[in-house]
Amino acid sequence: MTSNKYASHFLVLALLSLFVSISIGVLISFQYIYPDFLKHSFHFAKLRPVHVISSVSWVVLAAIGSIYYYVNEQEQLPLYSKRLAGVHFYIFFLTGIAIYFSILIGKIGGREFFVFAPVLMIPILIGWLLFGVNYFKTVLKNIKNWPVYYWMWGTGTVFMIFHLMEAHFWLIPSFRENYIRDLVVQWKSVGSFVGSWNQLVYGISIYLMTKIKGDARFARGKLVFFFYFLGLANLMFGWAHHTYIIPSQPWVRIVAYSISMTEWIILFKIIYGFLLNLPQKERQLNTMAYRFLVAADVWVFLNLIIALLLSIPAINYHTHGTHITVMHTMGTMIGINTMILMASVWFIISKLNPDCYPTKWTVFSYKFLNVSLFFFLLSLGIAGIHRGKWMLENDGVSFTQMQMDLHPDYVFMIVTGIGVFLGLLVIILAALREILMGKQ
Amino acid sequence: MKNNILYNKLIIGGLVLLFVIYNFVVYNNAAFIQEHKLSDAAIQGQQLWQDNNCTACHQFYGLGGYLGPDLTNIASDSIKTDAYVKAMINLGKNAMPKYNFSEKELQEFLAFFKAVDQTGYFPNKAATTEKTGWVKLKIKNTTDDQ
Repeated sequence: MTSNKYASHFLVLALLSLFVSISIGVLISFQYIYPDFLKHSFHFAKLRPVHVISSVSWVVLAAIGSIYYYVNEQEQLPLYSKRLAGVHFYIFFLTGIAIYFSILIGKIGGREFFVFAPVLMIPILIGWLLFGVNYFKTVLKNIKNWPVYYWMWGTGTVFMIFHLMEAHFWLIPSFRENYIRDLVVQWKSVGSFVGSWNQLVYGISIYLMTKIKGDARFARGKLVFFFYFLGLANLMFGWAHHTYIIPSQPWVRIVAYSISMTEWIILFKIIYGFLLNLPQKERQLNTMAYRFLVAADVWVFLNLIIALLLSIPAINYHTHGTHITVMHTMGTMIGINTMILMASVWFIISKLNPDCYPTKWTVFSYKFLNVSLFFFLLSLGIAGIHRGKWMLENDGVSFTQMQMDLHPDYVFMIVTGIGVFLGLLVIILAALREILMGKQ
Repeated sequence: MKNNILYNKLIIGGLVLLFVIYNFVVYNNAAFIQEHKLSDAAIQGQQLWQDNNCTACHQFYGLGGYLGPDLTNIASDSIKTDAYVKAMINLGKNAMPKYNFSEKELQEFLAFFKAVDQTGYFPNKAATTEKTGWVKLKIKNTTDDQ
């Protein structure tokens, strides 16, 4: 019994979501320098949700597709129910269409990440429950001593379900009627939602390292479990750096301050140790997968520095509410999550098509993507510094004037953003072609 | 091997227990300030804010999109009067499109902005930074800082 078909379906859907995300991302960025651009047809408030939900869909769908593939195809574990996997896929597919449709007709949720009508969360939760049942029934039956990635995928799924529900507590009057409570719980759920998908994505990265290296002990070591538990603690308690500036209880922020300093060290240590120990011969195999893991390693290092700095309240005070936050988000979303998931996609492609070798264009695009991303993040950092300076020191300078002053920063951002778009576009098209060829 | 599995389960069980207690406290005691329930008009204003996805461009407490300004304290801005805010919403400016809200809806927006304004400051310019890296926020309507 195989879930190969649905794993591939999820990956194709994920790559299409990424394509939509980056296309809309480039399109709406023009509104920073041409405020009237699309203002009367598809203004920012309408297109940004499409960009956001497509980005989230890319991460979630690519992670799900990868896990289905690894559990069923790579590990050869008979899936508990192939039919459940199919129902899961069609629920997510149809819900995705409903989400885009609801945004286009103006039925918007209006909350960060959860930009669609709240009722559409019901099928999403059902989809996750089906995935959870299929995953646990499959793995519990067949594996006794779980390597760390099975734990990560399991806990990631359970916490994903909880935090998706928590994000909708605002529908309960006692939450909604108290603004600060509502804001705190909203950003708690968003932070932990990201933490939950990180469990899935980081689990995939450890799985890939184990397979590329061919050393199963790597994922069962005490050190890797220690870091897993630290990551889990971060997911549960480390969200509050989003809310340092809100008048919430100081102890919540102190807990977050203490614990959030550890998260990036976790993955960095694991990946760094892996790369140091990888023999040259193994580096040449799985070339695109290996390349993307190397890129993720570099971006983890750079984002580690940013994340640690932003978690210090004295620095967060100056950067919160500026493009530096976006720089961090883009750095983790593209630099870490996308690189790891692309490594996964290309690893699976290498299994689907053993004769597949990346073209010169794909390799060039990979390099172009990473260089463009560096300058894209730099542009956001510069814009953030300028905005932060205006925010805390402005002497009667209006918001409109500040935006005009930031024009050169925004031009830099758009040019480099187009570079990121082009780099990813070639890689997406090449990956789609390989997956579709592999399925035939 | 059995010991390892047991340890893992115990650690996860312990973390989950802490998480349950932590959530209970956060859900019931999230705000440092004395909160007043949002009025019906403010809740309607919040719903309009969400339905029109204002957070795509604007922020409260620096959380949201960056195409438009932060509106945490717009209600207490002496230059941006109620009439100014209402005109801005319905006439638009720069990247902000024109809307066509009724007077009742505009009043609900204002009620929501006033409710948010009463909860605190952003940016919190009177905050003080301590040597530990901690930032003590200036709290609105009290003499306390935290």
